[in-house]
Amino acid sequence: MNFWLELILKLVAILGFVLTGALVVIYAELKAGSHMQSRIGPYYAGGRWGWAQPLADGLKFLQKEDLAPAAADRTVYGLAPYVVMMSTIAVFVVIPFGPDMVGRDLDLGIYFVLAVSSLSVLGILMAGWSSANKYSLMGGLRAAAQLIAYELPLVLVSAAVVIQAGTMSLNGIVASQAQTWFTVGGVDVSAPFLIKGQIIGFTIFMIASVAELSRIPFDMPIAESELTMGYLTEYSGIRFTMFFLGEYAAMISLSAIAATLYLGGYAVPGVSGNILNVIGPGVMLAKISLLVFIFIWIRWTWPRLREDQLQHLAWRWLIPISLANIAVISIFKVAF
Amino acid sequence: MLNQYYGDYVTVAIFIAVGALLVGGAVGASKLLAPRRPGDFKDVAYESGIEPVGGGWNQSHIRYYVFALLFLIFDVEAVFIFPWALQLDTFQAVGRGVFILVEMFIFVVILLVGLIYAIRKGVLKWE
Repeated sequence: MNFWLELILKLVAILGFVLTGALVVIYAELKAGSHMQSRIGPYYAGGRWGWAQPLADGLKFLQKEDLAPAAADRTVYGLAPYVVMMSTIAVFVVIPFGPDMVGRDLDLGIYFVLAVSSLSVLGILMAGWSSANKYSLMGGLRAAAQLIAYELPLVLVSAAVVIQAGTMSLNGIVASQAQTWFTVGGVDVSAPFLIKGQIIGFTIFMIASVAELSRIPFDMPIAESELTMGYLTEYSGIRFTMFFLGEYAAMISLSAIAATLYLGGYAVPGVSGNILNVIGPGVMLAKISLLVFIFIWIRWTWPRLREDQLQHLAWRWLIPISLANIAVISIFKVAF
Repeated sequence: MLNQYYGDYVTVAIFIAVGALLVGGAVGASKLLAPRRPGDFKDVAYESGIEPVGGGWNQSHIRYYVFALLFLIFDVEAVFIFPWALQLDTFQAVGRGVFILVEMFIFVVILLVGLIYAIRKGVLKWE
């Protein structure tokens, strides 16, 4: 197929998926969160179960005045949501939904994801600094310290997956999970990395993801009761919406990465070839939904950590454990 | 015709550009729809409803810089681990698996000692 035509088709498909996905996740969070707290949540918008609530919110935000404090650094203040959204969208380039259902199967794969997704720290720091507001500044600094502290466990456990798979390409990682692990009575058994010794890696990946998303129990950068809204305090209207949308899109992308690295991605045992392009996206979607639900579940049932407890957890526990994880995985790789 | 190599760059560049366009489009649409009536009190920084005391760029505690330094060290370490991880198979194929493993362990342990030093020094303890 023509390169440009293919690119445009993939672009439209991925963009559509990201935006609808983000809206669906926002609705799921409103609804699931309220049921976990014995409320009913949105009820009126759209006529039935309040299904149109995220859309209505978006439309409302679109019509709100886009304020900036007089003292703010307006250029940086305006550019911050761009940086966040650019890094969020760029991650979706490499996420595979099938052997050919992928924006572009970069050789760098997981490395590209980690590099690009950490760019959003820059946007958050820009937002916090440029607002000329004490809450924003503190929120921005907290966010930066938190995101870099949890970036490390995320990177290190991903490195353990790369060691096991022997490739950084996400398609390659899926393929190596679909390989035959062992054969029992003539039946080839394949297993995702979660079962093949990466359970600690998966746990750390999920904990670090929650922290990267600044969600409860790691939401000190926002911490309504202390910092109003952290680095988002001064943002209103559409720019706030962009941060909000980016956050939920990042939730989807991190879930998709976790599903690809640990849960076998789009692979289905015993199925290969073109048919995987058809059922792959469905399989992937199911796994993403499951992980997103876990994120929502954690958010609505856990209390918030204190700032120093959070740093303590990352530096004292997660980083040493993920280094040990690398050691164990690589010893097993060399020994067997 | 674009080959594999440039295709990667073009795809990533276009996705990033579309991310920017998305925000640009939304902000542009909002400019058309949203009212715009700047007033003195709207432009004051929010400080829980009272007049802000001092400027927004206050001095903040320097404790965060230690995390930045630690992060830098370990992030560079992680950058070294990835190529090593990819070459593990190659080295193992020529029978040097244990050698490359021990090499990396020495590297990681040196950095781990650094982390233990930082923890013992009390940089993670906040009073």
